[in-house]
Amino acid sequence: MAEVRLVGFLCNWCCYAGADLAGVSRFQYPPNVRIIRVMCSGRVDPVIILDAFLYGADGVFVGGCHPGDCHYLQGNYYAEKKIEMASRLLREAGVEPKRLRLEWVSASEGARFATIIKEFTDEIKALGPVTFEKEAMEAACLAAADYRLRIVATKERELLEEGNKYGEVFTRHEMDRLLDDLVREDYEVKRILLRLKEPMSVKELASELNLRPNIVLRHILDLKRYELVDLHEIRDHTPRYIARELSEGGITE
Amino acid sequence: MPEEIRIGVFICHCGINIGGVVDVPAVVEYASTLPNVVHAERNLYTCSSEGLESIKAAIKEHNLNRVIVASCTPRTHEPLFRATCKEAGLNPYLFEFVNIRDQCSWVHLHEPESATEKAKDLVRMGVAKAARLEPLEELTSDVIPTAVVIGAGISGMTAALSLARNGFSVHLIEKEKEIGGMLRNLYTLYPTDELAEEFLEPRIQAVKEHKRIALHLSSAVRAVEGYVGKFKVILDESGVERSIDAGVIIVATGAHEFEPEGLYEYDGERVITQLQLEEKLKKGDLNWAGIKNVVMVQCAGARGEVVGYCSKICCMNAIKNAKLIKEAHPAINVFIAHNELQAYGEEYELYYRDAKKAGVRFLRFPLERRPKVRRSDGNLIVDVFHERMQLDIPFEADLVVLSVPLVQNPDATQLSKMLKVPLGQDKFFFEAHVKLRPVDFATDGIFLCGTAHGPKDIGESIAQGYAAASRATIPLARGYVHSEPIISSVNEELCVGCGICESVCPYGAIEVVEVEEGKKRARVTGVKCKGCGTCGSSCIRRAIKMYHFTDEQLMAQERAAVVTEVIS
Repeated sequence: MAEVRLVGFLCNWCCYAGADLAGVSRFQYPPNVRIIRVMCSGRVDPVIILDAFLYGADGVFVGGCHPGDCHYLQGNYYAEKKIEMASRLLREAGVEPKRLRLEWVSASEGARFATIIKEFTDEIKALGPVTFEKEAMEAACLAAADYRLRIVATKERELLEEGNKYGEVFTRHEMDRLLDDLVREDYEVKRILLRLKEPMSVKELASELNLRPNIVLRHILDLKRYELVDLHEIRDHTPRYIARELSEGGITE
Repeated sequence: MPEEIRIGVFICHCGINIGGVVDVPAVVEYASTLPNVVHAERNLYTCSSEGLESIKAAIKEHNLNRVIVASCTPRTHEPLFRATCKEAGLNPYLFEFVNIRDQCSWVHLHEPESATEKAKDLVRMGVAKAARLEPLEELTSDVIPTAVVIGAGISGMTAALSLARNGFSVHLIEKEKEIGGMLRNLYTLYPTDELAEEFLEPRIQAVKEHKRIALHLSSAVRAVEGYVGKFKVILDESGVERSIDAGVIIVATGAHEFEPEGLYEYDGERVITQLQLEEKLKKGDLNWAGIKNVVMVQCAGARGEVVGYCSKICCMNAIKNAKLIKEAHPAINVFIAHNELQAYGEEYELYYRDAKKAGVRFLRFPLERRPKVRRSDGNLIVDVFHERMQLDIPFEADLVVLSVPLVQNPDATQLSKMLKVPLGQDKFFFEAHVKLRPVDFATDGIFLCGTAHGPKDIGESIAQGYAAASRATIPLARGYVHSEPIISSVNEELCVGCGICESVCPYGAIEVVEVEEGKKRARVTGVKCKGCGTCGSSCIRRAIKMYHFTDEQLMAQERAAVVTEVIS
């Protein structure tokens, strides 16, 4: 029985064909990876990646076409940013980001595919089975499903290369800071939301989630404004809050 | 009530290719325990006629509404099994492929137990996806048997004539008052040395006289709507708006010569471009008596000076003009200062040798020490760096001719946006595949020829014109286009009309439209969609469903990959 489980999402045109070529050429690699075919690496939603971890994948591999070779012109560039976003959320959830790997493999690179999978399997074996707090990964999934991170992951390239609508081009450094802040905030918000299935006070949340109370308060006020959280009661002069029900699919309506 | 899902699983031995490593009977036994699986069997070769018959028989006998074949790769065999399902009356998109050969038995030859376990997992993942498959209908749409060719230079005229002679109506759109394009400005053509005018005239006549070609002069494209088979091109024809319906569009908008403002003392009089030289040669208004030395400078503004690329035609063009001057006026010294020299193929090589024989002098300079033009006491001096001697050698010149690159027309950016086709790094139109699809755009029904695609000489532009016409003939002659139903669709309840999907779609297949006053929603044009699914993973509301690769299907697969206990 395989000791670590890996899921691979391969694009139909390049990496999946490369994996087929590895087979035709009989290049051997460890049997831990389970491959899922998608039409384009750009299809691989961070939510799906994080969901795989949530359900027990020890590593996730995404394979697309080399830059400039995408069958759909630019899908792989979008994939790169989406995978980066998923990595950041993994880190927030306490999982080593290198458990998620993106590689460009062409249809002619059978040998390279086998080598990469062997390397990646060895790397994950060395890390061992993944461990995380379930609620942390759920929060990461919810954050990936919500609109803010989806916008920046999709628009990141444009902001770095062409700038925003005012023509302001972001530097890599500025973009990293923006992403760090947004990912952290959205992740914290989702953790708070998940905890607030039961009524809790700011102080309790802060101590349980190991966050500063002023940050928790700020998030709670935002959540209240967006009508995702209600004031439940005031007990001993302390307000306690509760989340409204989350809709299906992890989207907060 | 949802229909009961009845899955049939067919596991292929592929001779010993799978069966020699994977314990196929054990996988069959495992498959039959999975939820919704009502039938599982193994075949020596599922793709043999026997195997296909047994799929059809099982569909009938067990009333299957999903079929899974676990064998080789969908990249080669999916069409076959889909067709088999279709023959048995099952929607072909209710078929799911599981790859246990190329991605299992062949790559785990020495680990039969692990390979068998992996094959079971892969089948379980296939079952999880199959249970969530939906029937899809192939899309068909008619093609209007009319072509629009934008640009009436030599390649556009060639394409238009070729299509018209094949029996299709053509609307040929030209922004100038006359057709003929760049060729109208040229004097002679290499390597035949014939007069451009004599070459061009019969072709212009043929275009003008052809009854199936409608010419639109002084016209500019204002908007383009639609998709392959049903384009609508809105024109501004001498100030009058006009709308043309067409099945295909050919882009042949050409290019123009770079103007070397501020480079090499360019003044348009004594320092001129090759095209300006041709015009002077054509008109015969150069005062040869006052000219003793002519220096041509290659790669002026190209290859890293202003634009990055090599314009490819300027070497031959300079050789042609230099030879012309030298042959007409043997006493004049004609120099070509160059870095590399592109005179490829036997014909061009011979032409280059003729120029040398005629007395044209070639001076090589390193790219990092390009020639300098300076003025001294009213004289022009060109300093050409000699690499061996490591010094600048001054050449007196009465006429300096700059071989400048062809560059994209400024209005190409707008056209590329209207057509939703890409421009490359150098701003020229970008083909679907450099080798396999050199005159297609990735967008169906739009084709490309001539210098709009990059610098090209006349012969190449004509060849591309024919090529584009031939490619465009395929949908025109067939009269309809098919497209796979693996497309995205928008849940308008969830959509907020933000337009992020529209911004990532390379085909213009998804657009935000006003569905009712003040309410915008994304809409998919099925025949334009190629099914990449990037819109789905970008949608901020997760409102887009990518058929055949839905979130639900992919998540079921991914969960089945990691959760070994059977989940339904």
